[in-house]
Amino acid sequence: MAGGAATGGSVQSETYREARTWLLLPAWVTLGILTLAPLTIMLVYSFLTKEFRGGVIWEFSLAAYDQFFFDRGLFGDEPPRIEWTYIGIFWRSIWQAGAATVLSLLIGFPTAYFIAMRPQKERALWVFLVTIPYWVNLLIRTVSMKFLLRDEGPLNEGLMAIGLISEPLGIVNTNLAVQLGLFYSYLPFMVLPIYAAVERYNLALSEAAADLYAPRWTILRRIVLPSVRPGIVAGCILVFVPSLGSFLAPDLLGGAKTFMIGSLIEEQFKGNAGNWPFGAAASMILLTMVLILLILSARPSRKGVR
Amino acid sequence: MPQNTEIAIDVRDAVKRYGPFTALKKISLSIHDNEFFTLLGPSGCGKTTLLRMIAGFEDVTEGAIFLYGEGIDALPPHKRPINTVFQNYALFPHMSVLENVGFGLEMLGKSKAEARARAGEALEMVQLSQFATRMPSQLSGGQQQRVALARALAPRPKVLLLDEPLSALDLKLRKAMQVELKHLQRETGITFIFVTHDQEEALTMSDRIAVMSAGELQQLGEARDIYERPRNVFVADFIGETNLMEVTVDAINGGRAQCHLGGGHKLTCDAVEGITPGAKVHMSLRPERLFLSVEPVENESLTGRVREMIYIGTDTATIVDLDGGPQFTVRSSNSSRGNARTFEPGTEVAVNMEHGAGRLLVD
Repeated sequence: MAGGAATGGSVQSETYREARTWLLLPAWVTLGILTLAPLTIMLVYSFLTKEFRGGVIWEFSLAAYDQFFFDRGLFGDEPPRIEWTYIGIFWRSIWQAGAATVLSLLIGFPTAYFIAMRPQKERALWVFLVTIPYWVNLLIRTVSMKFLLRDEGPLNEGLMAIGLISEPLGIVNTNLAVQLGLFYSYLPFMVLPIYAAVERYNLALSEAAADLYAPRWTILRRIVLPSVRPGIVAGCILVFVPSLGSFLAPDLLGGAKTFMIGSLIEEQFKGNAGNWPFGAAASMILLTMVLILLILSARPSRKGVR
Repeated sequence: MPQNTEIAIDVRDAVKRYGPFTALKKISLSIHDNEFFTLLGPSGCGKTTLLRMIAGFEDVTEGAIFLYGEGIDALPPHKRPINTVFQNYALFPHMSVLENVGFGLEMLGKSKAEARARAGEALEMVQLSQFATRMPSQLSGGQQQRVALARALAPRPKVLLLDEPLSALDLKLRKAMQVELKHLQRETGITFIFVTHDQEEALTMSDRIAVMSAGELQQLGEARDIYERPRNVFVADFIGETNLMEVTVDAINGGRAQCHLGGGHKLTCDAVEGITPGAKVHMSLRPERLFLSVEPVENESLTGRVREMIYIGTDTATIVDLDGGPQFTVRSSNSSRGNARTFEPGTEVAVNMEHGAGRLLVD
């Protein structure tokens, strides 16, 4: 304890404090350059005036936020009405990311459970196998997904060959295609934290529950799931958050009706549609939403003692 | 010992194999209704495997297990009216004490009110009523132990299995729990099957003990039987402290075997089946059934010199080197009525046997 040392301790603790400052410097610099500075720049830009074809004019303006939430007509002189376009895009993004998360959980949980139940020396191999596809670039994986799903692709042809369907399902350019794309992009982020949680789970608890007359599904619901809940929450956040801001899967697998926040923001900074303050404002709104979500999910949830 | 001889658990020729490894080699034993039965043996002897087979966590490779006359081998654990107290308690960490204890009753389809009431009674039985709303992590090891016990007792199983439940407790608490367990068994009338590697624990609590080693049943009997009439070297050596001597049988006369050990010391004890003159066998002599004297008290005393005396509280252990023979440990009580005497190392003494102290063992 500081101050606990006898005489001479103050000299020692001073050197210690100085050393500590220097040793912490890299962490502060990293945090400053990689987190605080970009966020500040983004926040500032969202309150500036747009320059056509990209860039900003250094003049305070609420125009970006105004454009996001309100519709003032083509010439901006009508009384403001709620602008549903962007809110709609946000809502769709949440829904798409949510569906991808649920899909990942449904596939990821059994996968993680399976791996955790393998003999100790086999587990590393299984985890390795799960991560192998992710050595390939995300863009290439997403394009490959399109080839798999398209009407002439192996999925449709295969299903038609075995006679399950008579004509292609037409998955590409639908919400489902985007969800599948997102699911495939981020699946390991679901599997790995759940695997870590299940591996720590004490199997004797399942035995104790079985011993106390609980059938299998009840054991899963009442004992296993609550025990590995932190892993599940972590997995869901790690899939949901990047899915929400993703633009590759919606751009490549979706159509005009599957436009998501990521694409909206991307458009503001790339190409001719450039509106940097609006892109920055949309990013800040997205960030706020994610933060609220994280705070909600971090709340300790002990469903009261019955 | 209860006189009711209805059989609660009947294990018939049970074999358990894991691949090429045989964990249990054809075990047969019957556990009586309302009995405190202990499976005793060193780690790896198969006692826990047998317990897990009764609970249903391991299947029986060959043979069968019956619960009150009915085969249970096809029943999964959750359909057996048998509950277990696990070695590390396995309390559900996300449930309160009361929820833990009520879990089995809830699974049996009891109404919430009944489950609560009976869980409360079970907690009362282990004196933990005031901790009902606590979480398991807020309890001490001993309290968690009691919760595990209450949880397993609450559904009133036909048989209660206890897998080394006291091994994680400190000595004092363990002794208290031994008495309490025995008391609970009497009070509830439930058949207890207790697994332990601690022979003292087994002797303290059990109506009958099955001593196991290397997947085989070595001896089955009441505590006194096992301690005083061990059947083989393993049992004699594992249960309690003993002087294990290699002896040669000289003659057998009227149920008594005359033997000698190294150095020519002669000993006589009850003959046992399967021993013929000329055989080299082991003899077990319990240290507390021996006593020391300066002069031999009978013509068969063994003579030797005191090597050292060790004070161990209730007793004093004296180690004696027999003339030209092996080393002996003699225990004498330190009570005022006891027979402890102080001998300087090097003193010549006689080691005398109480009647029936020597026990011949078939290997």
